[in-house]
Amino acid sequence: MADQSTSLGMPATTVVPDGVAPLTDETRREAREIIARYPRSRSALLPMLHLVQSVQGYVSPAGIALCAEELELTKAEVGAVATFYTMYRRRPAGTYHVGVCTNTLCAVLGGDALFATAKEHLGIGNNETTADGTVSLEHIECNAACDYAPVVMVNWEFYDNQDPASLRSLLDGCQAGNPPAPTRGPSRLVSFKEMSRVLAGFNDGLGQEGVPAGPPSLVGLDIAKQRGDVAPSYPAASTSTEA
Amino acid sequence: MLTPVLSAHWDEADSFSIDGYTRHRGYEALTKALATDPDALISLVKDSGLRGRGGAGFPTGMKWGFIPQGPEGQGAKPHYLVVNADESEPGTCKDVPFMLANPHALVEGVIIASYAIRANHAFIYIRGEVTHVVRRVQEAVQQAYAAGHLGKDIHGSGFDLELVVHAGAGAYICGEETALLDSLEGYRGQPRLRPPFPATHGLYACPTVVNNVESIASVPSIVLGGAEWFSSMGTEKSKGYTLYSLSGHVKKPGQYEAPLGITLRQLLDLAGGMREGRTLKFWTPGGSSTPLLTADHLDVPLDYEGVGEAGSMLGTKALQCFDDTTCVVRAVLRWTEFYAHESCGKCTPCREGTYWMVQILERMEGGTATEADIEILLDTCDNIFGRSFCALGDGATSPIVSGIKLFRDEFIQHINGGCPFDPVASTVFGGVKA
Ligand SMILES: Cc1cc2nc3c(=O)[nH]c(=O)nc-3n(C[C@H](O)[C@H](O)[C@H](O)COP(=O)(O)O)c2cc1C
Ligand code: SF4
Ligand code: FES
Repeated sequence: MADQSTSLGMPATTVVPDGVAPLTDETRREAREIIARYPRSRSALLPMLHLVQSVQGYVSPAGIALCAEELELTKAEVGAVATFYTMYRRRPAGTYHVGVCTNTLCAVLGGDALFATAKEHLGIGNNETTADGTVSLEHIECNAACDYAPVVMVNWEFYDNQDPASLRSLLDGCQAGNPPAPTRGPSRLVSFKEMSRVLAGFNDGLGQEGVPAGPPSLVGLDIAKQRGDVAPSYPAASTSTEA
Repeated sequence: MLTPVLSAHWDEADSFSIDGYTRHRGYEALTKALATDPDALISLVKDSGLRGRGGAGFPTGMKWGFIPQGPEGQGAKPHYLVVNADESEPGTCKDVPFMLANPHALVEGVIIASYAIRANHAFIYIRGEVTHVVRRVQEAVQQAYAAGHLGKDIHGSGFDLELVVHAGAGAYICGEETALLDSLEGYRGQPRLRPPFPATHGLYACPTVVNNVESIASVPSIVLGGAEWFSSMGTEKSKGYTLYSLSGHVKKPGQYEAPLGITLRQLLDLAGGMREGRTLKFWTPGGSSTPLLTADHLDVPLDYEGVGEAGSMLGTKALQCFDDTTCVVRAVLRWTEFYAHESCGKCTPCREGTYWMVQILERMEGGTATEADIEILLDTCDNIFGRSFCALGDGATSPIVSGIKLFRDEFIQHINGGCPFDPVASTVFGGVKA
């Protein structure tokens, strides 16, 4: 297919920018491993794009080309998919990608103030990256953690119940390369690229780390225990299948 | 009053591991199910009265029964089970903590459901923005394979099942089941025209069941306890236990597992009420797509019928509670911005309508709107509701129509003098002293 300079919102150049790792034979081998998981190859596209981000920190033109080749699609078809999903980045993410939830519930409980704090503290705006490339920032939609509001995600790990002071020290930690551990997550915060490998389906073995549940997840259970509330017990010799 | 089943062991350090799960009779239901006729399992789930926990409340057993079986036509094609773990409806926060704490109940449910509908391939589609949840489910699946619960000829039953954990990439619309299927096929996640329904033409145009995480995770308990056990909880037409997610200006936000039909008053009593010195102003019963309710609705039974009669929907049981420091115009604007951002763009009423409504609400918040704008908003909602391609469009009108209905005076106040609220007062760190 012609090497067209598509205007799908992706930069047309295929030159790898400074500091961006090239895609390798290993990337291609792993892409094929992903394809093998699915009954039909095209289902592998989303995880393959996560894989591209795990190497380059964003979905580069070279990454689009690799996916297109492996799946026998056009670059336009792959580009059309990549631009639909907000997690695929058009420019490299920082090592630490910070998302502040500003959907209604978090916003009202303090998310708007936190986002203002983050912008001011980092000196960057929405969807921008610090000059040294360590931290990128965006405001995000509800991340299914409203009982921990206001919520901040870094590399899509939970930093629950934040306030301006805790957020500033979280951001300082990210900029200094030693961020605190997520509140519900592994004992160390992995980088944006490492995280992207997990989303591509390559388990990093950290799933056994961290709490099973944070405090709000347990309040109902705690109250039930205090009150002695339990679900009815299963019938002794249950004949469920004939019920 | 509370009935923890899914959440009963979340306070144990290894609740998410296979050891923690089997210690509490985990995978016993699987053994029992594999010795049962698949059709009898479908009848069991029908008899239990389990209804889909993803929002719409469709009877789960009936959905399974729609899958064509037998050697001819669609029945002869491969069957698929797809678990909807996209959880992105604003306010909804039950499936994510559940998968973090107890992923094996989901995996066991997947195996039983697949066996019942005769699927040899299943997928768990998890929203991408929750890395640790993806890990936990990946590890649970690996452990289940290692234990022989997944793979070829499971425990000598002759039943084969491959289970793939698939991470999405950020798009609320992919929670809509047909958009989810397009996304899982590697396309932009846009809803499909129905009919044909996924039951006959779902993933790869094959018979497919799409079920919510909580629906599937409830299945092992039904197999172990029986239909009568399950339906002994709940109300006449809304059976069983479920996770209610309380959030916002309440003293103890979090997950409360209770029989369907409990009221917000009862839940707030358990949660210690609203924060000190403040009163409940408005709340959503099931996420932002369900019309707002107020303190007048504290005694509405939180089941499908009760909330419907109150003019809203039970939805995902995401009880977002806002107190009297909250500006309803601001809340409605923010939700509308969400819908405009997440509209997939396939149909005009939703794509254009949400965009216009954001502009009007911005004027409203900024104090430059006129009273005619209220009618324009309602008119636009009229042109979106029932005229959009999927339920996202309908959902986008819910906060606006219900917000204006319940708080018209507050909208007019904004028109006449701008926003009277101090946003600092509504925050958890700068507001009312506890
Ligand atoms: C815009 C939109 C988003 C949705 N998001 C979800 C979701 O994140 N999770 C979910 O289970 N159902 C979601 N649904 C409902 C699904 O379309 C579907 O009804 C559900 O997954 C069926 O499962 P159930 O019968 O077990 O509830 C959504 C629907 C719409 C219209
Ligand atoms: S209603 Fe909105 S989300 Fe649904 S198909 Fe139309 S544009 Fe897409
Ligand atoms: S609104 Fe922020 S996590 Fe739900």
